[in-house]
Amino acid sequence: MDMVRVEDKPKSSGTQLEKSLTGIKGLDEVTKGGLPKGRPTLICGGAGSGKTLLAIEFLGRGALQFGEPGVFMSFEETSEELTKNVVSLGFNLDDLVAQKKIFLDYVQIDRNEIEETGEYDLEGLFIRLEHAIASVGAKRVVLDTIETLFSGIPNPAVVRAELKRLFQWLKNKGMTTIITGEQGEKTFTRHGLEEYVSDCVIFLDHRISEQVSTRRIRVVKYRGSAHDTNEFPFLIDEKGITVMPITSLGLRHTVTNKRVSTGIARLDAMLGGKGYYRGSSVLISGSAGTGKTSVVAHFADAACRRGERCLYFAFEESESQVIRNMLSIGIDLEQWVKKGLLKYHAGRPTIYGLETHLSVMQKMINEFKPAVVIVDPVSNLNAVANNSNVKTMLTRLLDQLKLDRITTVLTILTQGSPTPESTDVDISSLADTWIRLRDIEFGGERNRGMYILKSRGMAHSNQIREFVLTDKGVDLLDVYVGPSGVLTGSARLSQEAQEKAKDLVRQQDAQIKQLNLERKRKAMEAQIADIRAQFGTEEAEVKKLIKQENLRQQKVSQDREAMAQIRKAD
Amino acid sequence: MATKTKRLKKNRGESEGGVKTWELRLYVAGQTSKSLAAFSNLKKLCEEHLQGQYRIEVIDLLENPALAKGDQIFAIPTLVRKLPEPIKKIIGDLSNKERVLVGLNLIPTA
Repeated sequence: MDMVRVEDKPKSSGTQLEKSLTGIKGLDEVTKGGLPKGRPTLICGGAGSGKTLLAIEFLGRGALQFGEPGVFMSFEETSEELTKNVVSLGFNLDDLVAQKKIFLDYVQIDRNEIEETGEYDLEGLFIRLEHAIASVGAKRVVLDTIETLFSGIPNPAVVRAELKRLFQWLKNKGMTTIITGEQGEKTFTRHGLEEYVSDCVIFLDHRISEQVSTRRIRVVKYRGSAHDTNEFPFLIDEKGITVMPITSLGLRHTVTNKRVSTGIARLDAMLGGKGYYRGSSVLISGSAGTGKTSVVAHFADAACRRGERCLYFAFEESESQVIRNMLSIGIDLEQWVKKGLLKYHAGRPTIYGLETHLSVMQKMINEFKPAVVIVDPVSNLNAVANNSNVKTMLTRLLDQLKLDRITTVLTILTQGSPTPESTDVDISSLADTWIRLRDIEFGGERNRGMYILKSRGMAHSNQIREFVLTDKGVDLLDVYVGPSGVLTGSARLSQEAQEKAKDLVRQQDAQIKQLNLERKRKAMEAQIADIRAQFGTEEAEVKKLIKQENLRQQKVSQDREAMAQIRKAD
Repeated sequence: MATKTKRLKKNRGESEGGVKTWELRLYVAGQTSKSLAAFSNLKKLCEEHLQGQYRIEVIDLLENPALAKGDQIFAIPTLVRKLPEPIKKIIGDLSNKERVLVGLNLIPTA
């Protein structure tokens, strides 16, 4: 029998390894283009790590998306079981089989039924495979889990020799093959399959930490190709496998100068008059009951008002609870939910592991394509992981969001710690804008204060504002800063009243003084008039005297002349 | 290659199930030395132990690859005892006579 009909195609130019896209979200990015074309890839992992699912998705997508039919040779599950299991993935295997796009073959090996009597080989498998490949014109092959041969066939030497021959044969036929293998104690697979498959080895892991499970995938080896060596979380859901290649992100995002309103006019004013930068990350921290959710609700409301989509991850309250509570301060979020602009994802952090959370969030973001993402609060994620993990996760999330120019608001619950500028999850360095809400306890009451701790790239107010929740939303007021410190609430009001009273007294004093002055001026003027009148009288008298004197002298001289005339003096 | 004998009815003590005719199927892939050895070993053994009560069917999978699925064949050569039930599978060239007899339940397991 001629088994070497399809020759392994020589690699083009010898430098670039030909790859075969898997179509599995994220896996093609991690492997930089898919699995080695025409070569076997080993997928190993523990029980329930998703090996079979990955393999079958590889075949299904190959058949549906890339026009490459495939053969699934199962050593563990019957065809019926397989079909049933992948219906949940959105593939109808029966249809694909009927359309001759996929060939299913279940190889049952039961050691109890087998008696070994002399020499044999596994040509039967080759024949079945050959037949399967020929009947659908397969380009892809999955052998799941071929290790069953080791337990089913008494002579391991035969199995080893035949496996070697099988993989070479598949290579010669140019089949892009996935071979699955159960994880061994110290080796990748229990029977050392990695010895035979040297081109590409992918390891799946399913870890339980603090009662929550996380799936991870790692490309252990990829001969002749660059690949990401990190572990990546992956999800299995109704749409199949999604690998999250997020650690491959870096600080590559470009920034924009566009600004978005915070939804609180006064806060916009504090942030250079325009609000947050679009695509920036905003951290709102504060202890319990300082109004963090109210501040983000304003932002969500404002975003929806602009017609933008907003995705709200609520880790503390249910959707309806947030909506009800925000209605009490006059923010109607329900209308936006109904219009499809606002989407809630509420859930306790403990339902998933951290990586899964990240993956779920990532997936929802990719699907919903929001302009604004709110995580309220991120500190709750501590419940499922330690701080450094949360930070790593948030770094990845924020990198992704920044790359997509999504404005992100994270709230953080701070404990009454001695250093108020530290957050439980030390992520302040990730935030571009950090708004702190705080309690101000004074004079037997508790008030809320707000200030901007930092805001990169914009002039921002350094003032503490009093933060008041009214039935029309959040209101920011100036606080009273006086000799006795910062005053808020009723202390501020009474201080302001006192100030007003003092002002009034001072005003009245001044008025009285002015009146007195007026009176004095009038008295003075009266005196002046009096003196002037006296003077006038005296002056008139003196003038009269002078006149009389003049008249008298005139009269005297006239009399003398008259006398002289009378005497006729010579 | 198939050999047919007439059915015997009173053979209960001979093997399990009160069988009439032993139906044996030998799967091979071409005329390899292993296949040929298996067939001649089988023939000899049947003549010795099952004279007149057996039928051997030889299936060449190179000609009928689709038949491999039905009897779950992976090793070549494989002998399948279809009757009497339960189905038994014996792999190899049948050169170890003892084991073949054990495998076919023709002699009790020692």
